[in-house]
Amino acid sequence: MIRYVVLRIADAVPTLLLVLTLVFLALRLLPGDPALVALGQNATADQLVLFRAKLGLDAPLWQQYVTFILNVVRLHFGTSYMNNASIGTLLMDNLPYTVELAVAATILGVLIGMPLGVVSAIRRGHAIDYGARVFALLGFTVPDFYLGALLLIGLSLNLGLFPINGGGDGGVLDNLYHLVLPAFTLGLIMAAFVSRLTRSTLLEVLGRDYVRTARAKGAREPRVIYRHALRNALLPVATGLGLSILSTLSGSVAIEVIFGRPGLGSMLINGIETRDYPVIQADLIVFSIFVVLVNLVMDLLNVFIDPRIRVT
Amino acid sequence: MSEILGVAPEVEEQPARTVIAALLGNNITVAAAVCVVMLVAMAAFAPLIAPYDPLTQSVLDANLQPSAEHWLGTDQFGRDVLSRVIFGARSSLLLGVLSPLVAAVAGSILGVTAGYFGGIVDRLVGRLIDLLLAFPALLLGILVAAALGPGFWELVAALAVSFAPRFARIARASTLSVRTEPFVEAAVASGVRNQVIIVRHIVPNIAGPIVVVLTLWIATAIRLEATLSFLGLGTQAPQPSWGNIIRDGLNNLFGSAWPIVSAGLAIAITVLAFNLLGDAVGDVLDPELRE
Repeated sequence: MIRYVVLRIADAVPTLLLVLTLVFLALRLLPGDPALVALGQNATADQLVLFRAKLGLDAPLWQQYVTFILNVVRLHFGTSYMNNASIGTLLMDNLPYTVELAVAATILGVLIGMPLGVVSAIRRGHAIDYGARVFALLGFTVPDFYLGALLLIGLSLNLGLFPINGGGDGGVLDNLYHLVLPAFTLGLIMAAFVSRLTRSTLLEVLGRDYVRTARAKGAREPRVIYRHALRNALLPVATGLGLSILSTLSGSVAIEVIFGRPGLGSMLINGIETRDYPVIQADLIVFSIFVVLVNLVMDLLNVFIDPRIRVT
Repeated sequence: MSEILGVAPEVEEQPARTVIAALLGNNITVAAAVCVVMLVAMAAFAPLIAPYDPLTQSVLDANLQPSAEHWLGTDQFGRDVLSRVIFGARSSLLLGVLSPLVAAVAGSILGVTAGYFGGIVDRLVGRLIDLLLAFPALLLGILVAAALGPGFWELVAALAVSFAPRFARIARASTLSVRTEPFVEAAVASGVRNQVIIVRHIVPNIAGPIVVVLTLWIATAIRLEATLSFLGLGTQAPQPSWGNIIRDGLNNLFGSAWPIVSAGLAIAITVLAFNLLGDAVGDVLDPELRE
């Protein structure tokens, strides 16, 4: 087990390097000229040359790459092109908002989705099962930002129950108050996914031999379900949850825009709108690091859920 | 493929009649199909159906509530919301179908190359696919859209990149299994060139699963296009798309909620219809691929 954990963590390093390389290549090699994107179509040739020099875009590609990797390793993200603010500081200011949103949404998604999926599977074909399946279908159908906008219009604008925008004034209660709607928006979408996954996995496990054996031995139904079936259904659900957390993280971009929340997503969109190239780059790096980290954590979590997993 | 050894391919060869019967046998599927046809017609004949020009602004008519003249009211620029939603179907449907198609072609080329040639190529491509699969499609879309800047083909590329790894994985896996079939080995043994084997023997046999995945991804592509347009990375104003109608609506929350509500509903209905239809096509063509 320890061997697996160490190997898995070590394996994340080349993955991370590959991800960074991809971000680097995407921003340098794709046909879009960053200088042109940043300065707009009307930029003069002189401005473009100056801009490239300022960002080191005129150096040979390998040199840019080495500088890029070194800067990431030293956490040097440069300064914003718009107001010369340190991007490191900007990231640290915005990061907590996105993390708290993703964590709250995940907690809600699991707390709503798993029980719903379990009930839906046990009461297969009953009204509650149909309700749960319609809910799951809606979750796949309604885009998260539309749900967010509807909640915003209905609960904040018309009923005045929740704040219209912002991330709170820094007080814990006020922050939580501002977190409710965004977290529920993403949480409900995630719950739809989790409930569908839990339902189908549990249904499959309930048909297995060991469940029949448990029933034949006279185990009571709750024990059969929670002890024998659900524990075995947990692994695929946990794997799916990793994907779901990541899509919640990327969904947070639109949700932060809807609710006018600070965070990595609104920082990224701001960066794109103001063509703030260094901000875009830093933001994409942080998102990519999140992807690698979440995958790593989910893999490690799997080891604890399922001791059968060994190094492959 | 069958001319060499007479081996029946596994995937296709569902008589079209059975497929259509199975599809029509389900009322929900029929409803979804009708819905899709209507949406396509709406997009195609938008200039004939829409009561107003979607771009014509009129300050005097800004933020009107729904009425006999403007069924869904007007936005902050006085543009007719219904007309904008009708015209918005064009970019959503076009991009929703075109980008998975591009992704399927690009992903298949990648996956088939990896699966067929194996070795170091396969290891590298496999690793790349695994890595890209770890990224949510939206994040890949944002990454590419941010790097490329706005534009129609840029948007197609952004969406296609986010789906391509999904197709590549399936193409690779299918190629690996077809690669060991006797008719492929016979072709290799008789010295048929690789390109010919791939085009004549591999591609027809992996097409089934690819098509199934393609239909399943249309719904996601439409949702993704809407999200990117909402974020300002997709279809650019003033050209209407459901995503950027919601984006405009968000800047006009106190003016009128109708643009957001109706454009969002259009997205939801379209995604639902394509979702149900894609599921049904998947069930009929390739029951094993489900779940």
